[in-house]
Amino acid sequence: MRTRRRTSLVALAGLGLLVLSACGGSSSGSKKNAAPAVPKVPMASSVGAGEGQLNLVNWAGYAEDGTNDKTVDWVHPFEQQTGCKVNSKIGNTSDEMVTLMKSGQYDGVSASGDATLRLVYGGLVAPVNTALVPNYATIQDFLKDRPWNSVSNQMYGIPHGWGANLLMWNTKVVSPAPTSWSAVFDASSPYKGKVTAYDSPIYIADAALYLMRPQPDLRITNPYALDPKQLDAAVKLLKAQRALVGEYWADYTKAVQAFESGNSALGTTWQVIANLITADKKVPVQAIVPSEGVTGWSDTWMIAAKAKHPNCMYKWMDWIASPRTNAQVAEWFGEAPAQRLACDHTADKAFCTTYHAADKAYSDAIFYWTTPTTNCLDGRGNICTDYARWTQEWTAVKG
Amino acid sequence: MDGGQGLVRPASTWLYRHTTARLLALLSLPVLWVVVAYLGALATMLLAAFWTTNSFTGAVEHRLTLANFRTLVEQPVYRSVALRSLGVAALVTVVDVLIALPMAYYMAKVASPRARRLLVVAILTPLWASYLVKAYAWRVMLANGGVVDWLLAPFGTHGPGFGLTATIVTLSYLWLPFMVLPLFAGLERIPDPLLEASADQGARATRTFRSVVLPLLFPALVAGSIFTFSLSLGDYITVKIVGGTSQLASNVIYDNITTGGNLPFASAAAFFPILVMVGYLVAVRRTGALKEL
Repeated sequence: MRTRRRTSLVALAGLGLLVLSACGGSSSGSKKNAAPAVPKVPMASSVGAGEGQLNLVNWAGYAEDGTNDKTVDWVHPFEQQTGCKVNSKIGNTSDEMVTLMKSGQYDGVSASGDATLRLVYGGLVAPVNTALVPNYATIQDFLKDRPWNSVSNQMYGIPHGWGANLLMWNTKVVSPAPTSWSAVFDASSPYKGKVTAYDSPIYIADAALYLMRPQPDLRITNPYALDPKQLDAAVKLLKAQRALVGEYWADYTKAVQAFESGNSALGTTWQVIANLITADKKVPVQAIVPSEGVTGWSDTWMIAAKAKHPNCMYKWMDWIASPRTNAQVAEWFGEAPAQRLACDHTADKAFCTTYHAADKAYSDAIFYWTTPTTNCLDGRGNICTDYARWTQEWTAVKG
Repeated sequence: MDGGQGLVRPASTWLYRHTTARLLALLSLPVLWVVVAYLGALATMLLAAFWTTNSFTGAVEHRLTLANFRTLVEQPVYRSVALRSLGVAALVTVVDVLIALPMAYYMAKVASPRARRLLVVAILTPLWASYLVKAYAWRVMLANGGVVDWLLAPFGTHGPGFGLTATIVTLSYLWLPFMVLPLFAGLERIPDPLLEASADQGARATRTFRSVVLPLLFPALVAGSIFTFSLSLGDYITVKIVGGTSQLASNVIYDNITTGGNLPFASAAAFFPILVMVGYLVAVRRTGALKEL
């Protein structure tokens, strides 16, 4: 009995191997890392009546319905106007957003530049017919047809807004006020255990950006285009930083709570987190653009290739790009609005000046999140490290 | 009812005569469920470990490779994460045994029947609360200047802060009922006269515990450890909430699914807990403890 069972097990294993090798044979011809062609996804030609529902994947603070702050609500007016009930799912990182979009359950996403092209080339999003989005006409010109939101002059989304990853600190704990990213990378920092950092492989770019000045011999020109030697240097810096870090954050509520409880006192942040902490009035914080410059994001609303509620999504894209709503989102999140006319609707009249909303030069100086690829983004050829490599290095950083 | 009988009767007679058909009808659905939905899903997942992803779009490419396993074995970080996870799971089990033994002993042998019922209810109550609520409660308690710091302040020390210690404490709390209950059931089954006989022969409490209670309790102990060990080994949420910068084996799996979007690598990483648990269960089976479950 026993031997027979063993034989059948061996047979089963053999069968499994057969299946495996069959699978392997069928596609072994595909080349590794070849730049894929953009999958053909049809574009909408008209927008009809809303379907009654809208499922979004968005950054925290992009679809506020008044639950965080009663005065901050642009979801309910949209629902009343269009009859599209908004179901928002927060994505904590770009990677999470790509994964969520792969599930096929969502109509649209507010994607940053390190997600957009992955979505486009993965066939997960459809090109956007900008003629169906009236508010697109007055979007800042320097945000149109950019490499992260279009492919051969075809827009794949509606620009939403852009901003920087800032350095924030608790002013009661950290003194004197830091002016450089060295505050979070200096191994002899007096704030050991109170430093925090963003828990995503894309944070490697922040280390690479910092290394540009102290280690010019590395010749880093773009923090998203790192050859193996440059990547190793950035990873080494991050491994040393780990000794200072008390906690990494990916969930923005966790970041807020960590600062308010005093577990974190210094680290990289988004303006919206600083705003939430300031609104809670538990600890005093300040957030700045350090002297080395910053990484940042430029976000785009994209429509899913297989959206179940495409009309509602088109209505949402127009709504979020409308001057009043775009001003509200931008002020709540703390970013530069993509809509030129939004500047007339901000509560703080100096808002657009503060955030350099119309300042093309300032915008161009930010290193926007971009997906690292083997084909170097700075044009050095096929010698760079790709995002899969970054992901594994990030696991190694955390130890 | 009467109308239906005309059909039911011959059908039941037919089934009575055909044993194989009866068995098939009875078992086909559950077996289908186990084989297709449960084992099938597991097999697909494990099969995926031999595939790879397109580095740019993250789409799974069905190309046979052992690269995922090579990375797991060659990169020292995965070895240290695996060892750390084993250590945490083992420590949680030890802590739970140390806490649960006296509790279970009191419940089974000392408390009055009324108190015993109340204690069982008290042990079970936390299971009704959400896992996340309990984990976040520990996050608040262990936070800088939280309850734990405040309690330890008179002794001139402070709490462990977020990290592996906090993770072990929280996991031990979460899985304690799964250790107390089997131990309680095991102790209840040991007849009191055995303990009295041991005392009559002049054995002290420790000797009675070592020579009488422990051998009889061993299967229950193993049963409890299966729960605490496997639950700890598979956990990735607690360590995210109170673990500070630490990561465990399941975080590698989780991160590769949600962050890396690398399902094949996550599948390969999933082999580790599966192999450990299969090894553990085989070892446990040797002791005969599974029969006592």
